[in-house]
Amino acid sequence: MKEQQLFDYLLMLADSALIMSQRLSEWNGHGPGLEEDIALTNITLDLLGQARYLYQYAAAIQNQNDTTLQATEDSLAYLRDAQEYKNVLLAELPNGHWGVTIMKLFFLVQWQQIVYERLVGGRDQSLSAIAEKALKETAYHVRWSGEWLKRLGDGTVESHAKMEDALEELWPYTGEMFHPAFYEEQFFGKESNRIFDEMKSVWMQKIKAVLNEATLTLPFQDIWMQKGGKTGVHTEHLGYILAEMQFLQRAYPGCEW
Amino acid sequence: MPEVKQDITVSYIRNLVGKIPDPEIPVISITDLGILRSVDKEGEMFVITITPTYSGCPAMDFISMSIRMKLAEEGIVNYRLETKLSPAWTTAWMTERGKQQLLEFGIAPPSGNMEERLEQLHPACPQCNSVETELINAFGSTACKALFKCRSCGEPFDYFKCH
Repeated sequence: MKEQQLFDYLLMLADSALIMSQRLSEWNGHGPGLEEDIALTNITLDLLGQARYLYQYAAAIQNQNDTTLQATEDSLAYLRDAQEYKNVLLAELPNGHWGVTIMKLFFLVQWQQIVYERLVGGRDQSLSAIAEKALKETAYHVRWSGEWLKRLGDGTVESHAKMEDALEELWPYTGEMFHPAFYEEQFFGKESNRIFDEMKSVWMQKIKAVLNEATLTLPFQDIWMQKGGKTGVHTEHLGYILAEMQFLQRAYPGCEW
Repeated sequence: MPEVKQDITVSYIRNLVGKIPDPEIPVISITDLGILRSVDKEGEMFVITITPTYSGCPAMDFISMSIRMKLAEEGIVNYRLETKLSPAWTTAWMTERGKQQLLEFGIAPPSGNMEERLEQLHPACPQCNSVETELINAFGSTACKALFKCRSCGEPFDYFKCH
């Protein structure tokens, strides 16, 4: 297919946003307080919206290449299996306690912000427009999760200890975001290594600043990092998310609201 | 091909669809919110361009449907409805009239810019006009709002966030 690397890259961004959204939606009605519940629900909705624009664009590309496919945002979300999903592993990890969710969200939205900033003004105008739109929402997500991270890390002895544990648990999943998949290398071309190194160093800088204020210490950086999500090799958790999310369309194909 | 109505002008269409209210904040129209970006004519076709406020805002699908319904009521079929993401919607596109309507409805209109932190803002309370106000939550009942409370009259209120 023409533009295969763009299509794959769009799916990676869309799948990451959708799986984050689906995961976070598990908190709906269960937040530690009404305000936090509402905040997380709003973030969930923003992420879903971003995923929709990315899927719509991906579907348009697919249909241009093969008019018999009739791909839509819904077919991409509901009718692909786990090995076809390209989301980063971090997005599919279980929510854990509130602190784990906050830290995971902060790492992910900070990554999204840096990626979207890179895409604005890039050679693909449609993707640039989606990124420009998403960036404004992302600014609020980064602030909110960053503030919570500081509050929990620099909170009580217990909350601090829980956040240290969360950091240790999640850190091995952060490397994948800055390890380009083959389609990302093709999409960014010759410059891809430099671009990914740059994005990683900006991310590290921002993460370190917040962790520092949260009185949390960054784990040893050269540890083994998990990867595979971007190329369809997932943890056992993704299958359960998809089973729930896709049930209706699998059981009643073509069913509409 | 259905019959194309004659004598319909761009400004007629703009006026017609521009009055459609936002489904979640019905006191403000899509023109005053800055959602309706343009109405143009390409040959026989009217091109109506709208832009979403937030990516996930469920009001967008409803607004698109309202536009189609309104045009259908008038028997207008020669149009194309487009969604444009860039330049991204900003609260700077909201009209002064729109801000006034929000205020009268009980929602503090956006002031300042996105760089200012909500914690440092003290929008005037829509109930009593006091600026002794403080942030309760950066997120509110819809994607575009934050929740504040007034220390003078004790009422909580919505603030339309800068975007």
